[in-house]
Amino acid sequence: MSTVEAKPHKVAHHFDSAEQEVAASKLGIWLFLCTEILMFGGLFVGYAIYKRMYPEIFLQGSTFLDWKLGALNTVVLLVSSLTMALSIYYAQKGQSSKSTSCLWLTLLCGFIFMGVKYIEYSHKLHLGLAPGAFFSYTETATLQGLPLYFSFYYCMTGLHGSHVLAGMVLIFWLIIRSHKKHFGPSYYTPLECVGLFWHLVDLIWIYLFPLLYLVE
Amino acid sequence: MSSNHHIVPFNVYIKVLSALLVLTVFTVLVAQMDFGVFNVLIAMGIATIKATLVLLFFMHLKYDNKLFPVIFLAGVFFLVVIFLFCEFDIMTRIPESSVL
Repeated sequence: MSTVEAKPHKVAHHFDSAEQEVAASKLGIWLFLCTEILMFGGLFVGYAIYKRMYPEIFLQGSTFLDWKLGALNTVVLLVSSLTMALSIYYAQKGQSSKSTSCLWLTLLCGFIFMGVKYIEYSHKLHLGLAPGAFFSYTETATLQGLPLYFSFYYCMTGLHGSHVLAGMVLIFWLIIRSHKKHFGPSYYTPLECVGLFWHLVDLIWIYLFPLLYLVE
Repeated sequence: MSSNHHIVPFNVYIKVLSALLVLTVFTVLVAQMDFGVFNVLIAMGIATIKATLVLLFFMHLKYDNKLFPVIFLAGVFFLVVIFLFCEFDIMTRIPESSVL
């Protein structure tokens, strides 16, 4: 545990102060998160409209999903959000090894999430519940429009899953920098910015879980 | 900007996670019950409470520059605009000539 930074951060020359640099970085991330909301928003709007038009298709589609796996992934992402926030907390306190451990835990949660996602996807693809034109499920009497539900399912969880993967790559980058003692009480902007992105991914899953798994 | 160095107490994070987990259990429980037209509203209401907790505490909006929630809510506002305009479009179509 060290309170001394091995490599002090130099404020980029186009900023007046470290405070201004942090404020500008966070402003940029929040603007990016705003565009993310609108990108996912298009899918949510499509979901809402088609769900209202064909409620029975969405009801039947959700029966192919295991809500227990969805709930497990919800808990995993919520815990990962806590460990991400704690990584910043420990960096602020100057406890860099604890901060790094929290990043590892966050990455582990990312792997668990994607592992569960893999189990879910491979099970569905095995049954023939594939997206769009690849849909080939014929075992029981299903509604004619059932592929519609799975198109939404794969688009929404796929876009979300790709965000989790991107977040995991970024967290791995943070771990490398954290091991090099780049972060400390006076500089932890990358932790905060990646953290904001990771929390947004969690936030989107909070809505996806009831919408896809718990349709009534 | 002193708010940049605000340290949220450890037990606040733990309390927020506990609340989020309790609300997740709640989400699953209310999904087993039938409230008719309120089903979606209740599910989305709980999700929004959870999202607000994440935004305020994990994402530090409660302590940070007040410009950030304005940016975020601007995104949400335009999402509502997109939703309403699409719904008005679909609902006002004449069924016989609609391709949907």
